[in-house]
Amino acid sequence: MRIDLEGFGKAYGGVPVLRDVSFSLRGGRVHGLLGENGAGKSTLLKAVCGAVAPDTGRVLLDGRPISIGSPRDALRHGFALISQELALVPALTVLDNVYLGRWRNRLGWRTRAADARAFAELAERTGFDLDPGALVRDLPLAAQQQVEILRALASGAKVIGMDEPTALLTKTETDRLLAVIRQLAAEGAAVVLISHFLEEVLSVCDDVTVLRDGRHVITGPAADQTPDSLVRHMVGRPLDVFFPDPAPVAEAAPVVLRARDVRRGAAVRGVSLDIRAGEIVGVAGLVGSGRSETLRAIFGADHRDGGEVELEGRPLPPGSPPASMRAGLAMVPESRKEQGLVLGRSVRENIALASLGSRQLAGFVRGGAEGRAAGAMLGDLDVRGSDLAGPVWTLSGGNQQKVLFGKWLLDRPKVLLVDEPTRGVDVAAKSQIHRLLVDLAADGMGVLMVSSEVEEVLGLAHRVLVMRHGRVVGEFARGEVTREQVLALAFADTPSPTAAPATPPEGRP
Amino acid sequence: MTTTAENEAALEAAEKAGGGAAAGRFTRLRDFGVVLGVVAIVVALSLTTETFLTTGNLVNLLDQAAVVGLLACAATLVIISGAFDLSITAVLAVSAITAVVVTGGAGVAAGMAAAVLVGGVLGAINGLVVVTVKVHSFIATLALSIMYRGLAVILTAGAIVYPPEDVATAFQALSWPTVLGGITAASLLFLLVAAVCWIVLARTTFGRRVYAIGGNEEAARLSGIRVGSIRVAVFAISGVCAALAGLILAARGGSAQASMATGMELTAIAAAVVGGTSVLGGEGAIWRGLIGVLLITLIGNGFNLLGWDTIYQQVVQGALILGAVSFDRLLRRSRA
Repeated sequence: MRIDLEGFGKAYGGVPVLRDVSFSLRGGRVHGLLGENGAGKSTLLKAVCGAVAPDTGRVLLDGRPISIGSPRDALRHGFALISQELALVPALTVLDNVYLGRWRNRLGWRTRAADARAFAELAERTGFDLDPGALVRDLPLAAQQQVEILRALASGAKVIGMDEPTALLTKTETDRLLAVIRQLAAEGAAVVLISHFLEEVLSVCDDVTVLRDGRHVITGPAADQTPDSLVRHMVGRPLDVFFPDPAPVAEAAPVVLRARDVRRGAAVRGVSLDIRAGEIVGVAGLVGSGRSETLRAIFGADHRDGGEVELEGRPLPPGSPPASMRAGLAMVPESRKEQGLVLGRSVRENIALASLGSRQLAGFVRGGAEGRAAGAMLGDLDVRGSDLAGPVWTLSGGNQQKVLFGKWLLDRPKVLLVDEPTRGVDVAAKSQIHRLLVDLAADGMGVLMVSSEVEEVLGLAHRVLVMRHGRVVGEFARGEVTREQVLALAFADTPSPTAAPATPPEGRP
Repeated sequence: MTTTAENEAALEAAEKAGGGAAAGRFTRLRDFGVVLGVVAIVVALSLTTETFLTTGNLVNLLDQAAVVGLLACAATLVIISGAFDLSITAVLAVSAITAVVVTGGAGVAAGMAAAVLVGGVLGAINGLVVVTVKVHSFIATLALSIMYRGLAVILTAGAIVYPPEDVATAFQALSWPTVLGGITAASLLFLLVAAVCWIVLARTTFGRRVYAIGGNEEAARLSGIRVGSIRVAVFAISGVCAALAGLILAARGGSAQASMATGMELTAIAAAVVGGTSVLGGEGAIWRGLIGVLLITLIGNGFNLLGWDTIYQQVVQGALILGAVSFDRLLRRSRA
């Protein structure tokens, strides 16, 4: 089986996101689709699978053009898409979802037993251990994804597109999924895999295609590529992955943020930490280790159950962002779309939002002062290609993240809490944000940073804390710890409360 | 994971190619669409009737728009904050009845002040219930509106209430024409309130916070905005607008009753939405509500002037609302 994609183009609001992209897929092979955020990967996959209508482009199946106008058409031709947002009906069972809309029936009466038999066969073929009677909403994410894969197979899909299927899976779950992907290919399917994990792509894919700015850059055997060469194709230039060195913290630098025994439900079980002026403290740990919850409890986004937080010696009340902000605390939250920005509002309004009180006269916004402050901040943060009046949603992920930082920097906090400073931003913006954090610390700001990227924590922080099960289980000075050690600590299984050294950094200056 | 990757891709690419301009174009097109509708009707009515462009008719048109206009200001404000207030006409009725009752005991001025106070208090109660019980505002204000209507029935014992004879004329002051070209006091009140709401939303820190709460409540909260207080304030303002609309209606009729303005809250919400205020919150403007009111009022006026059978009026109004919202949807599709 051979699938040719010819001349795919798509523009949103006159702005092209895909430009004349052509390449071929083969049955029995796994094809990696790579590119930076915004390169057009997801759009291409959706266009091929009928989820969005391309402006130009057609699909040839074994040389014959086929018409795909909707996901239904695509399925009829054997094209299935497993996207990042799973398309399952949460209130139905696994079995009902797998055969959604195609339930076997006799004169309109469902013959559930026939579905169940077919399901058992499928489950055996893939090795997925799913209870057909379980409700999808009760399943963990990895299992829900398996349901989608089974559904694709049940529909007889021969071409299966997967958009970042491993992004939210654990290591074990990822390995299992990759094995299934290989197996699907071995059974003759053409699998298209979008992933940001280059090693993963190289290990599982036979072929790779790289897109850049909506254009096709290269298609070829994965064996000819290395992570470095892929990155070069993606960014169009060799990329130095290095972190700026943080300035040393002065001997006499005072502790600006002091947290003692902070607790919040089961997520945060007694975290103590100190941050000195000019110090970057990085927190590593798995998702669910209580990293973000610790930040939120310190800031007051969630009401802490116990413990004290002091900023420059002044105690902060629990659960009050306004009080924390008055004291000089700021928090860049984990998800800019859900917690950080008001996407429909302008760049200017978003930047001004956390410091409205600083530029007002009798309740009126001082427009001139605000425009100047916001404009200067955009300049400082190098947010290009946007005007203050345009809505934030029109900005790239990197620029949105910079706007989010800008919002918190207008009032110059004394301590900045940052959760995932560079999630979902492009490479250039990422290094600018790293630079920004280092510069802020050099100016005397205390920074407490949580990141899922261990390299980021190790590369930027003066001091590294590792969290597990709601506690700090390790503390290291810069350069004293390797990525492997951090991961080993973070992953260590046995949540025995006595064994965990809950290191309150009491002895530190 | 509400925003799709496709979207993200589009947006990131859009940014690279000057997406701000593209977004601006969409916004302008949408504004244009609504305004175009109004202009088209105005031109059509000016050409087909001799009476439309007369001072008398325009004054009349404005007067007709006053009540639903005040309610549309309330609806716009609440919808922008990301909520709905279905109780505005029930608040209107209770306020109007309060005005009549208090006027009987303490005079017209006290009656009007009492009505506004009651409107504000009932609105604040709406806000408090929405904030503390955390029921969706649609349901909460629906339930509260039933209670308020019930309260109105209790206050009036189910009858129409009138102010005392000796102050009846003063009570109707709002329906009088003023020296300003015969424009009624009601119209002036409406224009004044609309201007105040407009300025509050567009120019004050309070307005900014209202937009932020409607656009992304969690982001607003994490930005240090006291979401609860803002919500209560918005509902209270909505209640005051409703009370003022109630005063106008009571002044026109010289009386008040429990079933006043029933159903008009939906017209007000429709006016807000037709103008382009998003039902999802965080977007919109008072002027949009005013355009919507104008459009809806013009249709009534047009039917009148053209001598068309008014039995078709509702069908046309409904179709217009549907058309405007569909158009809005169409223009936003690239974002949704």
